[in-house]
Amino acid sequence: MKAFAYLRPASVQEAVAAAAAPGAAYLAGGTNLMDLMKIGAAAPDLVVDVTRLPGLDRIETLPDGAIRIGAMVRNADLARDPAFAGAFPAVAEALLSGASAQLRNMARVGGNLMQAPRCAYFQDPASACNRRDPGAGCAARGGETRGHAVLGWAEGCIATHPSDLCVPLAALDAVVEVMGPDGSQDLPLERFHPLPDARGIAAPLAQGVLITGLRLPPGAARFAPHARYLKLRERTSYAFALVSAAAMLTLDGGVIAEARIALGGVAARPWRARGAEAALIGAAPEAPAFRRAADLALAGAGVPPRRGSGAGRRRALRRERVQDRAGRAPRRARAGPSRPWHARADARAARIRPRPHACRSGP
Amino acid sequence: MSVTLIVNGARHDVPLEDARTTLLDVLRDRIGLTGAKKGCDRGQCGACTVLLDGRRINSCLALAVSVDGAEVLTIEGLAQGEGLAQGEGLAQSEGLHPVQAAFIAHDGLQCGFCTPGQIMSAVALIAEGEAGADPERVREGMSGNLCRCGAYVGIAQAVIAATRDAMARTGAGAAAAGAGADAAPAPRPETAGNAP
Repeated sequence: MKAFAYLRPASVQEAVAAAAAPGAAYLAGGTNLMDLMKIGAAAPDLVVDVTRLPGLDRIETLPDGAIRIGAMVRNADLARDPAFAGAFPAVAEALLSGASAQLRNMARVGGNLMQAPRCAYFQDPASACNRRDPGAGCAARGGETRGHAVLGWAEGCIATHPSDLCVPLAALDAVVEVMGPDGSQDLPLERFHPLPDARGIAAPLAQGVLITGLRLPPGAARFAPHARYLKLRERTSYAFALVSAAAMLTLDGGVIAEARIALGGVAARPWRARGAEAALIGAAPEAPAFRRAADLALAGAGVPPRRGSGAGRRRALRRERVQDRAGRAPRRARAGPSRPWHARADARAARIRPRPHACRSGP
Repeated sequence: MSVTLIVNGARHDVPLEDARTTLLDVLRDRIGLTGAKKGCDRGQCGACTVLLDGRRINSCLALAVSVDGAEVLTIEGLAQGEGLAQGEGLAQSEGLHPVQAAFIAHDGLQCGFCTPGQIMSAVALIAEGEAGADPERVREGMSGNLCRCGAYVGIAQAVIAATRDAMARTGAGAAAAGAGADAAPAPRPETAGNAP
C-alpha cells in the first residue's frame, strides 16, 4: 500500500475543500477502498475520513414525506431499522443479501454507490484497464467474463456495478444528494453511474464531490406489499450477484397499476427496465405477463464476444422474473438467502443424477 | 499521530508512525494480542473478526487511526467476562466463555487458525439475536468466516448449541451472548426508527 496522509475533517465543507486536490480519496467504511489500496488498484495521496462527519448518520422522514438516508448510515443499521425495513422490504433484502455481517457493519450506504467493479482485470494492476488507466485497453475482452455485463456495455469497459443496495433504490427512483466545491446537488440514482463508451468509462463524481445522503421520494413505501429483491450467485451466501432483480408492483382491482423493475449484476449501473414496467400496466399479475415483461427487459441484452455463459444468465434471469409473483405476501427481510432461489436450487440438485464412473470397478 | 483504544476493558495509547496501520496490526503487533489472525488481509476470510463498539467487523480493513477512541473486544477478552460457562471438565476449569466451550464440545475446529474469528463472529451473531437456532440462518450469519479445514459442521453445531444455551439462560430469543457488557449490541443511532 502506498503511504498516504490522513485527515479527519470536522465538517462537510472542510471535507470537500480538502478532497478537491487530485489524489485525495474519501474513506467511509473502508471495505472497498482499503481493499483496493492493498492490492494497488487505488493509491491516494490523501485519505479524507468522513465517517464522523456530523449529521450524516441518520434515517429521517422529511416534511414532504420523503425518506432521507444519511450517507454514513451503516448497511446493517439500515437493514435492521424496523420502520425502514417494513416500508422498503426489497431494500432490506438487498442489503442483507450483500457481503458478510462483518462487512455490513462497516460499510456505509454512501460508499456502496461508489464501489469499484469486481472485474478481476480492474482489480489486477498488471492487467490493462480503461477504468483504472484511461486508454490502456480492456483485458477483460477475450478474458474470463462470466460476471460481466450483458446490457449497456461498450468496447471500453464491460464491468458491472456490484451493488445490491442500488438495485431496489433505482427501482424506487432514489435521489443521490451530493456536495461539491460548487454546492449541493441532487442526482437521480438511476443515471448516477455512467455507462461506458468505446474508450472507457467516466467516474460517477468529479474529484472532491461527496455523497451526503440518499432520498426516497414521498410515497415510495406504497410498493411495500409487493416488493422483492432476488439474487442469483455462485454460492448460497457471501457472493456478488451473477444477476439480481428488484421488482415492485401496486395492484388496483386485481390488475397491475404500477410496476418497477431494476436489474443488478448485468450492467455498469443498476438497470431500470422501463419497457418491461410499461408492459405490465393493466395486466393481471400472472406468469404470462411476467414472462412477456422479462423478454422485454432483456430484449437489448447482448454478450460481449467470448462470453460463454451469457445466454445461461439471461435464461436464469427470465426464470427469476417469472417467479417474482405479484400476489406474494409481504415478507420481513430475513438474514438468509431468499427462499425461492433456495427451493429451486434444491429442486435442481434433486434432478441431477450422479453419472456412473466409467473407470469404477466392482459389482 | 496516535490512537487510544479500550481493548478488552483496558486502555491503550498507541503512537502510530504510519497511517496505513490497521486495527488488526495494532492489536497483534503493538498490543500483543495475537488471537485475531491475519488470514487474507482483505476482508474476505473473517479470521481477523473482532467486536468494535459491540459490532463484529473485519479488523484488517479498519484503519487504526479511523477507529480512535473505540472499544474493542477480542478473543482474549472473552474468557474474562461475565457469564462464563457453567459446564464441566475443560470449560469449567479454564473458565471459558460459553461459545468457546461450545466450540470445544462440538469439535468446531481443526487447525484452529480461523477459530478466534469464528468465535467472535458467533458471539456477535447470538447478541444480534436474529438467527435464533435456525441452522440455515446460523450458516448464513456465519458466512463471513471461512474455515480452510472445513470444520463447518462442528462450527454450526457449536453456534446453534451456544445460541440455545443463551436463549435458555435469558428465557428470550433475542438473548445477549453472555459476554458481558462488552458484547452487547451497539445502541441504534438515536434517530433510527424515524422512517415511516
